[in-house]
Amino acid sequence: MTQSTAVFALRNVTKTFPGVTALDRVKLDLYPGQVTALVGENGAGKSTLVKTMTGIYQPDGGETQVAGEVVRIDDPEAARQLGITAIHQETVLFDELTVTENIFAGNYLTRGRLGRLDWPAMHERTRGILADIDAPLDPKARLRGLSIGQKHMVAIARALSVDARVVVLDEPTAALSHHEIKELCGIVERLKKAGKAILFITHKFDEIFTIADRYVVYRDGTFAGEGMISDVTEAELVEMMVARSVSETFPKQTVAIGEPMMTVENLNHPTEFADINFEVRAGEILCFYGLVGSGRTEIMQALFGLSKAVTGNVHINGEPVTIRSPADAIKAGLVYVPEERQQQGVILDLPIFQNISLPQLGRLNRWGLLNEAREYDVARTYGERLNVKTSSWDQKVGNLSGGNQQKVVIGKWLATRPKIIVLDEPTKGIDIGAKAAVHHFMSELVNDGLAVIMVSSELPEVLGMADRIIVMHEGLMVREFTRATATPEAVVGAATGGMAA
Amino acid sequence: MMSALLKHRERFLALVILALILVVGAITPSFLSPNSLVSAFNDTSILMILAMGQMLVILTRCIDLSVAANLALTGMVVGMINAAYPGVPVPLLILFAMAMGACLGAINGFFVWVVGVPAIVVTLGTMSIYRGTIFLLSDGAWVNAHQMSAGFISLPRTVVLGMPVMSWIGIIVVAAFYFATRHLRLGRDFFTSGGNPTAAFYTGVSVGKVQFKAFVVSGMLAGLCGYLWVSRYAVAYVDVANGFELQVIAACVIGGISIMGGVGTVLGCALGALFLGVINNALPVLGVSPFWQMAISGAVIIIAVIANSTAERSKGRIILRRAVSKRATPSQHQEA
Repeated sequence: MTQSTAVFALRNVTKTFPGVTALDRVKLDLYPGQVTALVGENGAGKSTLVKTMTGIYQPDGGETQVAGEVVRIDDPEAARQLGITAIHQETVLFDELTVTENIFAGNYLTRGRLGRLDWPAMHERTRGILADIDAPLDPKARLRGLSIGQKHMVAIARALSVDARVVVLDEPTAALSHHEIKELCGIVERLKKAGKAILFITHKFDEIFTIADRYVVYRDGTFAGEGMISDVTEAELVEMMVARSVSETFPKQTVAIGEPMMTVENLNHPTEFADINFEVRAGEILCFYGLVGSGRTEIMQALFGLSKAVTGNVHINGEPVTIRSPADAIKAGLVYVPEERQQQGVILDLPIFQNISLPQLGRLNRWGLLNEAREYDVARTYGERLNVKTSSWDQKVGNLSGGNQQKVVIGKWLATRPKIIVLDEPTKGIDIGAKAAVHHFMSELVNDGLAVIMVSSELPEVLGMADRIIVMHEGLMVREFTRATATPEAVVGAATGGMAA
Repeated sequence: MMSALLKHRERFLALVILALILVVGAITPSFLSPNSLVSAFNDTSILMILAMGQMLVILTRCIDLSVAANLALTGMVVGMINAAYPGVPVPLLILFAMAMGACLGAINGFFVWVVGVPAIVVTLGTMSIYRGTIFLLSDGAWVNAHQMSAGFISLPRTVVLGMPVMSWIGIIVVAAFYFATRHLRLGRDFFTSGGNPTAAFYTGVSVGKVQFKAFVVSGMLAGLCGYLWVSRYAVAYVDVANGFELQVIAACVIGGISIMGGVGTVLGCALGALFLGVINNALPVLGVSPFWQMAISGAVIIIAVIANSTAERSKGRIILRRAVSKRATPSQHQEA
């Protein structure tokens, strides 16, 4: 099939950020009427590639070709004029605008010499596009009222409103339900028939093998291989991705499981989750697995006192506790390492030592005066324990890499000497080395008798680290597995609602 | 009930304004005479025009503190030109005032867009610079009515179809803004840039450029109002419209323009200005002291902000299937 010429090609494209080479002389070829799957671990450079293709980032070196011509893509507008459109991983939409306004933002249909916006025509086309993708939405509905899946349909409709030659889908299925994924596959099939070149980025192997014609593998920002899907097996793909044997080793240690640390009974929220019952014991790693948006994070935030409308009973160490705010939670011995590290986890403009000492400034000060020496001591103790790589504890956290920022967040919470630590997607967006360090550290924590709750969407990590796995689907606990009974198929099946609880 | 009212802020504001007028009218019937109502509206025109420009700036997540200083400076300059060269036609002077105001606004926009200085800092600086410049130009002297030409003073007062030209200018500006935000691409860009700057950038909108344009428009309207103000009060001096920028921002906030950017309507903003105008005109009629007037305006602003934040507070994600169906039913009802 490679005899037809590529409609889009990258040659030796390099993109560096301060301290990181995100893309290192990569190549990519996309052919009309074909779906190319781009696979790679988190941090392999996939999202950087998408942003380079769509003019959001400028490459530092290399060549971009569209239909054989060398081009420059200076901004998103230029990408659109070249016929390149993308559905980004984070939905970049406008909550306050209507469906139609979102679809045509920046690319309105106009009429007359004044350039009057042609709303009737835009509503009409929106209706057409939405009908094409089987999304029964009102073009005049405001976006903030839609569900995550519906918003995703709007993002897809937006990409289709442009007359594109190249369509990029960056993990489009991450937040979709089983049924919605099927619909999406149908849409991709139709785009393919219409002769578009499609780049499909996903973590899910079943999707690669059903949708894609070709594959490209990136590893740590470099090109690691490409070929036809029909010539490759799943194991071979994984090996190219990680360049190590399939059975990835996790530093899981056998720890004696102790007394229940925290018991949660009948936790309910009016719109987010219901009937949550579980306990976690000393020395245990309990994982919450589920699709993005299945309610895992919401439960953890409710336990940490961030949610108002919650009812239910929580016991810590056998004592009933009432947690109305994070301060109550910390006092009770429960800490939460959030998923949105940069927004919720650290204060990027403050130095490391002030970040670590932040939750216990009350304990560290004397007569209302801050004691910087003691703050430094705490920071040094926990920073060294977690092996934070920095030249000094005065460094702004913003200057650290993602992995080291995460270590600072974990260090900050450990310094409060908690009994239970909740880690929400602790290895999201950090490099492989830092990931291993976080996993190793989790093992150390349970060894010290803490109870660890991990929320994760990465199946290998869940299967590798958990003693027990609770699977969430649409706000409900649907199944529970022990380490022995969990198989990848069963866990994913439960999470996508494929299997009855 | 309360939340429904907040959702339809325009209707709510219109009702409040109407109620206010009726209450004042009940106490002082002369307030309800057409002449008195027209004069109250005429007094509000400048505030309304400036609020339109400020609205654009606030929509893009910026703020323009320099509008009143810009108004005073352009007002002084056209006043001095008119005093020195009475032969220059007034329409030409108005165009000049708008162009000069736009240039002063462009200075703000340049620092925000190209240099990347926060808008509040830039406009705080230019506010002082523009005021200072008036003093340097005029040496602190006033331009008084007797120095101005008859045409310069009479234009805004000329009555057309029962209302002074100044009122008509206010109406035309609001109508133009209503049209532009609904029917022109530029108008839409203000909402996208402020609503979600990242998404706007991804769709090919240059957020900085849109902010620049907002400042230019705000400045242009300030220039127009510079002429209107000096002509209407027939005097130009250093402290013209001192502190008026706060009234302008207040009108926007009361009108439901979110200070976080991206949310608001032209109608709401115009009603916000009208509301302040009615308060400013009605309270003296009732014999309320000016200090109480200030306190009441302030209280209204705080209430409006609280109303905004309640309306904007997120209700959390809807994950549970049964909650989806529960919430879907009433909202469909509202759409209908």
